[in-house]
Amino acid sequence: MLELQGISAGYGSFQALFDVSLTVQPGEAVAVVGPNGAGKTTLMRVISGLLPARSGTVRMQGRDLSKVAPHRIIAEGIAHVPENRRLFPRMTVEENLKMGAFLRAAREDFPERMEWVFGLFPRLRERRSQIAGTLSGGEQQMCAIGRALMSKPKLLLMDEPSAGLAPVVVLQVFDLVRRIRQEGFTVLIVEQNVQQVLKLADRAYLLEVGAIKMSGHAKELQQHDFVRKAYIGL
Amino acid sequence: MSGRSASPALRRRLWAALGLAALLVVPHLPWGQYVLHLIVLMLVWACVGTAWSLMGRFGLVSLGHGAFIGIGMYGVGLLWNTYSLTPWLGIPIAVAAAVLVGLLIGYPSFRFQVVGHYFALVTLALGEVVRLSVIAARDFTGGSLGMTPKHAADEHVSWFALQFSNKAYFYHFALLLWLVVLWLWVRIDRSKLRTALEAISEDEIAAASIGIHVTRTKLTVTLLSAGLTALGGILLGQYNMYISPEWSGIGVSLQVVFASIVGGMYSLWGPSLGAVLTIALNESLRNAFGTRLVGASESIYGLLLILFIIFMPNGIYGGLAAWWNKRRGPPAPTPGADAPSSASSR
Amino acid sequence: MDFFDIYLVEAMLNGVLLGGVLGLLALGLNLIFGVVDVVWIAYAELVMSGMYVVYWLHAFGVPMVLAGLAAMAVVAVMGLAVHQLIIAPILNTPPINQLLATGGLLFFLQNFATVLFSAEFRNTGVSLPSLRLGDISLSYSRIIAFGVAIAGVLGLYWFLKKTFIGAAIRAVAQDRQVMVLMGVDTRKIYLVTSAIGGALAGLAALLLCLQIDVHPFIGLQYGPITFMICVLGGLGNMLGGFLASFIIGQIISIVGFSISQDFAYVVAFLLFILVMFVRPEGILKRRA
Repeated sequence: MLELQGISAGYGSFQALFDVSLTVQPGEAVAVVGPNGAGKTTLMRVISGLLPARSGTVRMQGRDLSKVAPHRIIAEGIAHVPENRRLFPRMTVEENLKMGAFLRAAREDFPERMEWVFGLFPRLRERRSQIAGTLSGGEQQMCAIGRALMSKPKLLLMDEPSAGLAPVVVLQVFDLVRRIRQEGFTVLIVEQNVQQVLKLADRAYLLEVGAIKMSGHAKELQQHDFVRKAYIGL
Repeated sequence: MSGRSASPALRRRLWAALGLAALLVVPHLPWGQYVLHLIVLMLVWACVGTAWSLMGRFGLVSLGHGAFIGIGMYGVGLLWNTYSLTPWLGIPIAVAAAVLVGLLIGYPSFRFQVVGHYFALVTLALGEVVRLSVIAARDFTGGSLGMTPKHAADEHVSWFALQFSNKAYFYHFALLLWLVVLWLWVRIDRSKLRTALEAISEDEIAAASIGIHVTRTKLTVTLLSAGLTALGGILLGQYNMYISPEWSGIGVSLQVVFASIVGGMYSLWGPSLGAVLTIALNESLRNAFGTRLVGASESIYGLLLILFIIFMPNGIYGGLAAWWNKRRGPPAPTPGADAPSSASSR
Repeated sequence: MDFFDIYLVEAMLNGVLLGGVLGLLALGLNLIFGVVDVVWIAYAELVMSGMYVVYWLHAFGVPMVLAGLAAMAVVAVMGLAVHQLIIAPILNTPPINQLLATGGLLFFLQNFATVLFSAEFRNTGVSLPSLRLGDISLSYSRIIAFGVAIAGVLGLYWFLKKTFIGAAIRAVAQDRQVMVLMGVDTRKIYLVTSAIGGALAGLAALLLCLQIDVHPFIGLQYGPITFMICVLGGLGNMLGGFLASFIIGQIISIVGFSISQDFAYVVAFLLFILVMFVRPEGILKRRA
């Protein structure tokens, strides 16, 4: 479904990604792991169109995304859950979800979609009129994911969903991701928490200093040395 | 050094002396009264603009410098008209008043970290306060109609009242003030004060953490700027023999800012260049339109300003400097080549 | 002790009425600042332009209400132009540039109006009677202006709360980068917001025409005080701006009544300066 080939990108004179290639098949959960500063968020930004790639292509279902304006990427079926949630702090949960359904197509059945999201995340229904800034970390993440789901995306991008959350909450968040997968969504997750994400991903890529160092099935990578190193205390 | 041609330092001094001599001769050349009038105005506004840029170049953008112009003018004018106090005494008092006001506004602003947009608006409010106070005290000041300093006994030259019918006198005063302002600018530019202020405008907290006394540093340029601007205002008042609250209004304050930016507010000559260009432009437009279409020249001025900000934010001096340096090859960074740095936004 | 001076009450009521109109002015400015993050120094000049539209249409026999609607439309278009032609090219440059560019616009509008209409004071000639409540007399023009201003505020509130575009406008003010991910073209939002800001200015123009004469430099009277009000309430905070306008309205009216009208504005500005020292973010913190 999603195909990156030879992506290089950077900020000004600083190059963050070097010739990155990866694929995501429909129905898969693919993880991109790596340490801080590896370029994971940059990768997400290139896919979302927030950062133009210096070379290489991004294709979604065969369509070259470089021609597409950033605010139309979501219309291509890619929804991005940004790093640190980025909810609208002074709007309610319901209003945040509403913004997720801004796309013309989504606007019409916004009430139905919202019901569906509440079905997936009952906690959000309880808190529907609560101001997003007052939610707990885990609830905010739930809301952010829900907001992205409102557009019924073909591909869900998740940028470090566990960032800034307590370990118990992290487990809850990954359970959420599993639930989404059960609904049939294709997911590309970028994460620093190697151990947890490999438990739920099908395949994974290791990104270090802007380049793919390793890739393969999650089970294989779990056994690999670097995971143990990460677990012990990278 | 024997037998060799003059060292660069000596050569520079010779040029400076020549320049000074040329400047001193100016009012005695046959320009005509109108041109001399314009030259005096250009000098006065060059003073005010450069004084403004002492603050502006470090991110302390004031939109209310008209306040100091007004305090200077009215201070001297009121003391003269009401108490017949000679401007020789009136001037220090008025300048002190302006500096005091600068302190009253500056100290709390800097102490409580009112910066950027907010500082600009506080200065705007200050300008309005001065303007409206003058209007409100109409019994003393003549209100919005303005005030004329009473004429001294002697019609043509009065050193006591500092009133002269010959423009040459004002030319020399303006020239003196201008040279003083420029000299101060250079002194500051070469001093630790400048480095401190640049550090502050980059990151106030970091600067404070390395021992820079932020409030005191900012206050220093503010008070200097206030006092020098007041002197400019006083000169203007004495020259025009007319003072009005509109000199403290937002229109005048904005014009000061524009002129400095158009000329290039980071450089020594920029604000002066801006003053010259602004006055020259205004006058030529006014001459082109004559008395028909009142307001046409100012409309075009406004339009040009908009275009200018959009297309040439570095100022003319900055733009020229950048172009010149490009021709010479890899440059050392020139102050004028940067875009006006942001007043730190909140 | 005759503390309860009926004329003081009248002044206070007038202060409330004044607050309503100031509130409408502040609303437009706050909306634009909150969403686009720029201060239109020339906002009052847009109002002035709207006032001329109302004046001339009315002079040609168009009823005031229609003239007002026309003014709203015209100034809305002006708002679009201001954003597209002046703000958009310099959106990412230091904020001082936007202040100065709109400052240039201020000069231009004031003087172009002088060229077109001359500097004379013009009155629409609409004079309405006064409402008498005992010894208090309140001009109907002010009452109507207040009512319409409140209606405008409520209308805007409804729009922002209930519509998708309104929600998008509020969201952009809170996090503009993320909006792209929702499929929102922020440029379009800025344009819509600028048009609404212009329309509000046009509405304010109608209300002012009922009360005062129009001349090219009237912006100098209302501009600075509007900025002060916005900042006092927290730049970008619409509720704060609304509250601040009533407070300032009261101060201007009461001081104007007790001492003098001129002095009232001096006090208002001095108060502003003082508040800036105490709480630079304004009475209600800016919705950062």
